[in-house]
Amino acid sequence: MGFPTEPDVWLPLVFAGLMGLSILIYVMLDGFDLGVGVLTPLATDADKNRMIASIGPFWDANETWLVLAVGLLLVAFPAAHGTILTALYLPVAIMLVGLILRGVAFEFRAKAPAPNKALWNNAFFVGSLMTSLSQGFMLGVYIMGLSWTPATVAFGLLTAVCTTTGYAFIGACWLIIKTDRDLQRKAVRWANITLLGVLIGFVAISLASPIASPRIFEKWFSFPLILALAPLPIMAAGITALLWWALQHLPDEADRYRHVPFVGACGLFALAFAGLAYSFYPFVVPDQLTLYEAASAPESLAIILMGTLVVMPAIACYTALSYVIFRGKARELTYD
Amino acid sequence: METLLLSRIQFGANISFHILFPTITIALGWLLLFFKLRYNVTQDERWMEAYRFWVKVFALTFALGVVSGITMSFQFGTNWPGFMETVGNIAGPLLAYEILTAFFLEAVFLGIMLFGFSRVPGWLHTLATVLVAVGTTLSAFWILVLNSWMHTPAGFEMREGVAHAIDWTAIIFNPSMPYRLTHVLLASGLTISFLMAGLSAFRLLVGDRSGATRLTLKTAVTLAAILIPVQIFVGDLHGLNTLEHQPQKVAAMEGNWETRSNVPLLLFALPNEQTRENEFEVGIPSGASLILTHRSDGDGAVMHPPVAPVFWSFRIMVGVGVLMLLISWFAAWRFWRHGTDTVTRPLLVGLVAMTFSGWVATLAGWYTTEIGRQPWLVDGVLTTAAAVADVPAPMVLSTLLVYLTTYVALTFAYVSLLFYLARKAARGEEIQALTPSSGAAEVQLVPGE
Ligand code: HDD
Ligand code: HEM
Ligand code: HEM
Repeated sequence: MGFPTEPDVWLPLVFAGLMGLSILIYVMLDGFDLGVGVLTPLATDADKNRMIASIGPFWDANETWLVLAVGLLLVAFPAAHGTILTALYLPVAIMLVGLILRGVAFEFRAKAPAPNKALWNNAFFVGSLMTSLSQGFMLGVYIMGLSWTPATVAFGLLTAVCTTTGYAFIGACWLIIKTDRDLQRKAVRWANITLLGVLIGFVAISLASPIASPRIFEKWFSFPLILALAPLPIMAAGITALLWWALQHLPDEADRYRHVPFVGACGLFALAFAGLAYSFYPFVVPDQLTLYEAASAPESLAIILMGTLVVMPAIACYTALSYVIFRGKARELTYD
Repeated sequence: METLLLSRIQFGANISFHILFPTITIALGWLLLFFKLRYNVTQDERWMEAYRFWVKVFALTFALGVVSGITMSFQFGTNWPGFMETVGNIAGPLLAYEILTAFFLEAVFLGIMLFGFSRVPGWLHTLATVLVAVGTTLSAFWILVLNSWMHTPAGFEMREGVAHAIDWTAIIFNPSMPYRLTHVLLASGLTISFLMAGLSAFRLLVGDRSGATRLTLKTAVTLAAILIPVQIFVGDLHGLNTLEHQPQKVAAMEGNWETRSNVPLLLFALPNEQTRENEFEVGIPSGASLILTHRSDGDGAVMHPPVAPVFWSFRIMVGVGVLMLLISWFAAWRFWRHGTDTVTRPLLVGLVAMTFSGWVATLAGWYTTEIGRQPWLVDGVLTTAAAVADVPAPMVLSTLLVYLTTYVALTFAYVSLLFYLARKAARGEEIQALTPSSGAAEVQLVPGE
């Protein structure tokens, strides 16, 4: 099977890939800053400042990946876009309110009169939690084929909790990189606990998905398809073992291995994502609409692709630049 | 209430809330750059002080713009799926280019601009400031291309009920785009001018002694005095252009129920939607001398927008524009004659009262534009009713109420915080001399690095 040469075949595929990539980058990047938000109630006030300082320069750009992902869904698969977002109407609204609360809390908590600071800290936590839970819930309902029955809602609640735990985990891993002393030790502890939660979540979702969806069952457990899938759980188990081992030894003397948990967490996210993508291909709306049926006109996709190919590398460069500029341990956030 | 009406109200509420913040940041980005460059050239500390106060306002406003913008990007899918299904081939690439060229640029460099002062060399910080300003302006450009295309669609053809692009130059440079873009950018300049003048006047009223405050007051008033005549001129051109392409909208702005020739210029009227007549008019016969031509929509029927809201919001916008002209020219003349050291109290109070006049005019202008396009969503191509999502009305009502509560609370918090920051700065609490050179030299190294 060669690479398809018909633009109406490969363009939708490329766009599905781009969309998947931006969703993945989004859950890694905004995942860590949402996770830090979810963890704030566990910290002292001074630690809260450092935790929020560690994500201050990044959160806006991180959220832009969400805008890009929805944008790509909107521009490349208009038919799917409407179906998915109207089916998820309420959780989307909850997520948006959560994003608003936490986005403004960043600014207000730093500038508001002292008595209101606690209020905005709470808004930051509540907003982060609303966002994480609703994203997880949407994932669950999506896996269940976008239908609303008691079973799918229950599954959605399960994925909501798991996703939030996952975000808290990658958030803790981020804090291990960006903090030191007491807070870093706390972050290691948080990462340890949430890693356990992530494992339970993985197992639960992996058991529930094939039971709920015959098509997924077919894809996972029929020979020879099972061979294609097999590397994913094996790699996930390997990474988990490595993570567990690393977390027992951190923080290390010279702080040399502080990046290990975060990189491992990204690896886990990528594997989970690959598993999902594998399970759903070629559908954008599970069991209803394939990406080929939902795609826009090839001419319009081609125009966007041209722009994307030019701009994406630039975005990658200046994003990298900002991570380099703000490397090192987080200090109190100062506007200067 | 039915889903369509609720969805319209919800969309109107969301976009009205969103537009409040970009109108400020688009021009404020450039003003911050101006402050920074003035400081670099003159080494006058006052410019740096002005920069440091207004960059805080920028950060705050930008955050609100971003989060309300994210809401916007979901609106199309949750409430108006028919929009992308019909014109997605045109709207899609425009939105994609906005995200790719503008949103990432501003979001990444904003981080450097706000928090990187002591971490990057001076030139890189200035560059970040430039790129943030370019980014906000670019996002305004792309979204206004799309919005203008919805008013004066061009460069496309319909195949099986779906719009297909045939000429991207014609789509981007559609007939109303240059006017709308210019008018909106000027509106942003005026909004920030009056905000800056208002807050600076407020600081003087509460006893600020800082020279920087007088400097921003003068800068803002001068900018306003320059921009407002241009804005009125451009607004007039914009109206003439609209007359050519959307005569039914201009008819509504003028309170004329029938499109006819020799229309009177109505200064005041009470439009009545039931009888489709004005109950009371004060007008100059033929004063508008607008020759409104009928536009046929296939079967010859012209679809009219609702007249009263368009008529009134147009008058509010123009009224505020005239007020802006009077105040800014008077203040500029005073400053020019007597300097800014002895500004009289009534003038300061007047400027404080005008602090948010830009918001009022901008919202009123958008209501004129958008309601004047009804019942079309894309003029002559897609009606609003055809695009609405089939979501149960109670569900839309519940989200609408949540959004409205959030918006009212946040607008209140935002405005109070601006005045709180101004009061605090007036007491001199924020002023700590920090020059770029000292900043760049003292990158504080942290253990472990
Ligand atoms: C500070 C803000 C501000 C001020 C002082 C004015 N405008 Fe305006 N106006 C806007 C801000 C604005 C806007 C928010 O930017 C709009 C909404 C959509 C658009 O294109 O610009 C607008 C729309 C708009 C339209 C609608 C065009 C259309 O929908 O096709 C017309 C005819 C005018 N303006 C004309 C004027 C005139 C004659 C003014 C003289 C005083 C004026 N505007 C002052
Ligand atoms: C530039 C980008 C914009 C786009 C793409 C856009 C798009 C739309 C869409 C899709 C609708 C249909 C929904 C409806 O009828 O309610 C609409 C209506 C509306 N828009 Fe815009 N809009 C833009 C800018 C604005 C701005 C900046 C404002 C005001 C602050 C505004 C105010 C409104 C209002 C009040 C309606 C409701 C009109 C009515 O239903 O009678 N729009 N617009
Ligand atoms: C005339 C109308 C509009 C103008 C002038 C405008 C302009 C801007 C600007 C300048 C920003 C940067 C944030 C800021 O400066 O506060 C912004 C943010 C945003 N806008 Fe709008 N916008 C308009 C309408 C819309 C509409 C209709 C949408 C929906 C698609 C939208 C989506 C967004 C999004 C998603 C962001 C966040 C960008 C980020 O993450 O950095 N805007 N807008």
